[in-house]
Amino acid sequence: MASLSIDNVCKTYNNGTDVLKGIDIAIDDGQFLILVGPSGCGKSTLLNMIAGLDDISSGDIRIGERRVNDLSPKDRDIAMVFQSYALYPSMSVRQNISFGLEIRKQPKAEIDATVNRVAEMLQITHLLDRKPSQLSGGQRQRVAMGRALARNPSIFLFDEPLSNLDAKLRVEMRTEIKLMHQRLKSTIVYVTHDQIEAMTLGDRIAVMKDGIVQQFGSPQDIYDNPANLFVAGFIGSPSMNFIPATVVESGGQLGVKVCDDHGCVVLPLPHDKAKLAQWVGKDVIFGIRPEQITDARTAHREGLPQMDCHVKVIEPTGPDTLIFVTLNDTKVCCRAHPTEAKRPGDAMQLVFDVSKAVLFDPKTEMRIA
Amino acid sequence: MANKLSIGRLLVYAALALVAVYYLLPLYVMLTTSFKTLDDIRQGNLLSLPQAWNGGAWAKAWASACTGIECGGMKGFFWNSVKMTVPAVLISTMFGAVNGYVVSMWRFRGSDVLFTMLLVGCFIPFQVVLLPMAQLLGYLGIANTTTGLVLVHVIYGTAFTTLFFRNFYVTVPDELVKAGRIDGAGFWTIFFRILLPVSGPIFVVCIIWQFTQIWNDFLFGVVFAAGESQPITVALNNLVNTSTGVKEYNVDMASAIIAALPTLFVYMVAGRYFVRGLTAGAVKG
Repeated sequence: MASLSIDNVCKTYNNGTDVLKGIDIAIDDGQFLILVGPSGCGKSTLLNMIAGLDDISSGDIRIGERRVNDLSPKDRDIAMVFQSYALYPSMSVRQNISFGLEIRKQPKAEIDATVNRVAEMLQITHLLDRKPSQLSGGQRQRVAMGRALARNPSIFLFDEPLSNLDAKLRVEMRTEIKLMHQRLKSTIVYVTHDQIEAMTLGDRIAVMKDGIVQQFGSPQDIYDNPANLFVAGFIGSPSMNFIPATVVESGGQLGVKVCDDHGCVVLPLPHDKAKLAQWVGKDVIFGIRPEQITDARTAHREGLPQMDCHVKVIEPTGPDTLIFVTLNDTKVCCRAHPTEAKRPGDAMQLVFDVSKAVLFDPKTEMRIA
Repeated sequence: MANKLSIGRLLVYAALALVAVYYLLPLYVMLTTSFKTLDDIRQGNLLSLPQAWNGGAWAKAWASACTGIECGGMKGFFWNSVKMTVPAVLISTMFGAVNGYVVSMWRFRGSDVLFTMLLVGCFIPFQVVLLPMAQLLGYLGIANTTTGLVLVHVIYGTAFTTLFFRNFYVTVPDELVKAGRIDGAGFWTIFFRILLPVSGPIFVVCIIWQFTQIWNDFLFGVVFAAGESQPITVALNNLVNTSTGVKEYNVDMASAIIAALPTLFVYMVAGRYFVRGLTAGAVKG
């Protein structure tokens, strides 16, 4: 096991495209790092560079105390699980797991012991003599993990390992990966485009876009305190509502005014007044998550601002019902208790919990407060 | 409705049968003629069966028919062709496999340009290279030898085999190679242990293609080989064109079939893998 530090790493392709523009990430020994972002953000490139499959244009990557920039993949003491699993098609499961150990010239008895231990851990002992083509998606996934585990590397690299599985299996394997991490306390770098995987698995999340780390922090911190509009919209499902609004002063307090076709309400802002003073009278983007706009029963707190809104669409999800209303001409999603939800066309009293609301500058898209 | 369909079916089958007959008729004529005696050929009609099946023409074609001034039959030239085709097919296929592996899995600066240049090799007509190639073989001191012919066919064939293997390997996920590299395998270990075992179908395609091309080649054979080292295609031409009095159609036919037999054999043995290999894109696993 080892820590990982990435210092000002850049990647420029021969044709001049900048894929990564100065990445700084550091994690401790045993941490689970998630690289998340939309496709084309450079997360897979970064993972390949950690693995040594792609050259580093500038900057340093360190595994433990060792600078690995110029080491070949096999000397970096890493193991990788690929999106397509990349199991060797002509080899049995046993050979797939032992291949890397054989190449490293481990003694036969030791290899056998390792394969059996790993197979037992992943419950694939009965599959050891099968070919990859005879396995289901989930079983292939396990074998791919087994191959990585057998090597017992300092760092595990996962490249979207769950994206080829069906929804149910994905959730199961997600839990297993987390369980494995808790048990082995291994250092993991995990690439995904799925923000739910990012939230559920990671100790640290790096949200990436256009080759830049937009925010690096713990899952809860990123959820509660997004650094900019992109991070706020990317993390969380359904995503945060962005309501264009104007900062107003009423009764000595700052707030934002939101209206639907029934009327208006001024939502008081909990933030530091001095910090917001320069924004009075100006347009901002008011960010509030769906669960912070709800029915009175779910809110179960007195004194919150509330408003009757015209319900446009409802989407029952089971535990909650999503209610869509229009505020300041923007579609807004609210999360309410199923029994409290009104029907489309009716008016419904919505309660706004503004304690975690955030404000963004509409021009720079950066967080104001 | 069902009736209509069966009439349509009938028409289709009739058309297919007609085409099949059209294609098989020459083979039929060749086969029957080769088993007739010369008298039988003169008396009978082209399509009639032999009055008595007679293998004499085959024996003569194999062992004692005259090609020019030599009268040793096709035997020696048949083995010439084998000695030329087998090494040329194997070497060009191996080159193609390694080339295809490099241009699909180990892209380097200019690898696409290199591949394009190799592709152009597929479109260069044989005639264009005759003179320079003759000169090259002369310099190397292997003009008029089977070794020289093997070299020519390897050079010419590598363009095609590279194309075949490259197009096959681009359908193999490159993550396999990445996984191999992380597991610590080198260039050749990855090639031999991971990729070659899944390359069966494309090997069959390549071998059939190359075998047919090289075995059937006439131009290079007639230009770059002389006398003793001539391949069977050239010998067949000489045999048919050698007239000492009577034209022995039965021997000509038997010789032609002997010359065509190996390619027929390769198709029959590996033909279904050929189609499978051409259509098999993804390697599941």
